[in-house]
Amino acid sequence: MHHLIPLLVAVPLLGAALLVATGRVLPRIAAEITGFVVSGGTAALAVVLLLNSEPPMVEWIGGWLPVGGESVGILVVGDGPALGMATAVSLLTLAALAYAWRYFDEPLGGHSGAFTALMLVFQGAMCGFAIAGDLFNAFVFFELMSVVAYALTGYRIDEAKAVQGALTFGVVNSLGAYAMLMGIALLYARTGELAMTKIGRGLDATGHGGPDALVLASFVLVLTGLLVKAAAVPFHFWLPDAHAVAPTPVCMLLSGVMVELGAYGVWRVYGTVFAGPGGIPAADLTRALVTLGTLTAAIGAVMCWYQRHIKRLLAYSTVAHTGLFLVGLGILTPEGDDGVALYILGHAGVKAALFACAGVLLDRFGSVDEHALHGQARRLRATGVMFAVGALGLAGLPPFGTALGKSVTEEAVGGPLTLVFVAASAITAGAVLRVTARVFLGLGPRPEDAEYETSGSDEEPETSGLLSRIPDTMTTVPAVLLAAAFAAGVAPGFGAVVARSVNEAGSGGAHVFVHWTLTGVLLGVASSVLAVALAGLAVTRPGWTAAPGWAAPLRRLQSGHVGDYVAWLLMGATVLGALALPGVLGS
Amino acid sequence: MHILPYLVAAYVFVTGCYGLATSRNLIHAVGCLAVCQSATYVLLLAVGYRDGATAPVFSDIAPGSRPVVDPVVQALTLTDIVVGATVTALLLALVLQIAKRHGTVDPDELRELRG
Repeated sequence: MHHLIPLLVAVPLLGAALLVATGRVLPRIAAEITGFVVSGGTAALAVVLLLNSEPPMVEWIGGWLPVGGESVGILVVGDGPALGMATAVSLLTLAALAYAWRYFDEPLGGHSGAFTALMLVFQGAMCGFAIAGDLFNAFVFFELMSVVAYALTGYRIDEAKAVQGALTFGVVNSLGAYAMLMGIALLYARTGELAMTKIGRGLDATGHGGPDALVLASFVLVLTGLLVKAAAVPFHFWLPDAHAVAPTPVCMLLSGVMVELGAYGVWRVYGTVFAGPGGIPAADLTRALVTLGTLTAAIGAVMCWYQRHIKRLLAYSTVAHTGLFLVGLGILTPEGDDGVALYILGHAGVKAALFACAGVLLDRFGSVDEHALHGQARRLRATGVMFAVGALGLAGLPPFGTALGKSVTEEAVGGPLTLVFVAASAITAGAVLRVTARVFLGLGPRPEDAEYETSGSDEEPETSGLLSRIPDTMTTVPAVLLAAAFAAGVAPGFGAVVARSVNEAGSGGAHVFVHWTLTGVLLGVASSVLAVALAGLAVTRPGWTAAPGWAAPLRRLQSGHVGDYVAWLLMGATVLGALALPGVLGS
Repeated sequence: MHILPYLVAAYVFVTGCYGLATSRNLIHAVGCLAVCQSATYVLLLAVGYRDGATAPVFSDIAPGSRPVVDPVVQALTLTDIVVGATVTALLLALVLQIAKRHGTVDPDELRELRG
């Protein structure tokens, strides 16, 4: 069975190559069906592998097995989290391709397979990053998924905002990737190994009782790359710019799984490389991730609340939720890992569905501006209901999968950090509910325009001209995604299965029983009630919830200037180093 | 072990970052990103260096007869160069589109996405 793991990368890449080679002569329908078959086949393979992932599998590609403990081969791992992420990536790609069916009516440059081929490369690269067992291949797949994501973000090359967002995304993410490669080179210099587990053992063997400056430098550099991808504050500035301009099916993947792969990378790299006695002490990682995660959740939630561009609003909600994921992973307990894994799965379904609904608005009205669309979408009842349901899923209303994940994580972190979870999910969900009330129900007065913001008017619809009728695929896909997020919470035993496979891979077999608790349910209900209350307040009393003076400097930081974002990246790396420093000084 | 190549790598990386942060032209910014990447080449090759060693090509020397530099980092550098070429080409294509659609390549004048 383990020989099949590399196919998760090879099949989508070959499918993409086929589409690129034949796309000019292939009719569009044939190209799209090929995309479905390849993407769906990979998804089926990922599911089959996932069901067989106990005990965890390892594959040396091409049969380059280690000789006497030394190896130059390429290693891929097939444990629960790796294959789980690959499955989530593949299923969401399939959903995005289904959503994009009949989407871009004019294929780019007469090449009918271009978009589908790019989506397949994206799928293959994300699967490759998930299963990579050595750091250099993790870097290569990290860069591959980044480059394809830049191309997909700027897919509509005639749009001024799209190319600008794609360039910012490209510069910041590639710089993060190069920082990560510098860190990998330092680790190789120290240990002479590239496979993650062997680097970890090498650090412990050469550590002489504790980490030194080189280990700290490599830790900071590698984590900088991963946190740029995970959009942690202050590495997050590229995300709203890219997500606001990317085509909707691409946004579903960017927000649903790509950003979460950054958090997954942090978990994987810390657990296998830096967790030993020669690596970074647990207290330092907890300090770094909990600090940055809390900051990310707070800034993401505040910025989300003050957006009027609906896709940008959803993008900031992704920032806030990644902050929560980082806090959950940062406390380094098996319960935290399990909760975050469930939370990520539920969030992927809910967030992709919300983006899909925003795409319906864009293609029906040529705008994703909350103010301009006030009361316009009254007749899109199905979309409005799904938007509201998605918002409640975001708030963590039981029994959504997000609620189960959130409640398990909340119990794991405990104490005042629980408030961060409740507040961040309530504020982001409240913002989405506010949009629902204004756009789909036309409630409340039309709000006034602020000075420093991105409006969502004058957007080009992604279909050829405005749609007069919404295609069935564009309403079915979000419905299925929401149903999946719901099922993740109610399906008996699903949580336990996820928890077992995460713990098997991550916490040395310390099994945890994951289940609904009364506290978790009450906190989930509290977040939802708070979200509804916030939305109600915003709609009925717009003056009370308008941006206060202290929020203006926060919004000015998001300047849209690529040089500023690079400066923030450097500052973030410095802060990360400072947060992890005490353990190195103490050893 | 010589410390100089490592200092050079760090210097090149920081120089590239400085250029990116202060850039007034997006083509220059993409060039600065390539400078940052050059730092990774320097670092990787420095890691694999051995005093008195030759290239790891065994066509004219017998294996084990004399030291060779680490071939792994050279393979990594080659892969890295391929990655860099892709990134630079794509970003320059995006800059071209920005020039067409915005009429400027000065990042100070691109102020549509903000807040």
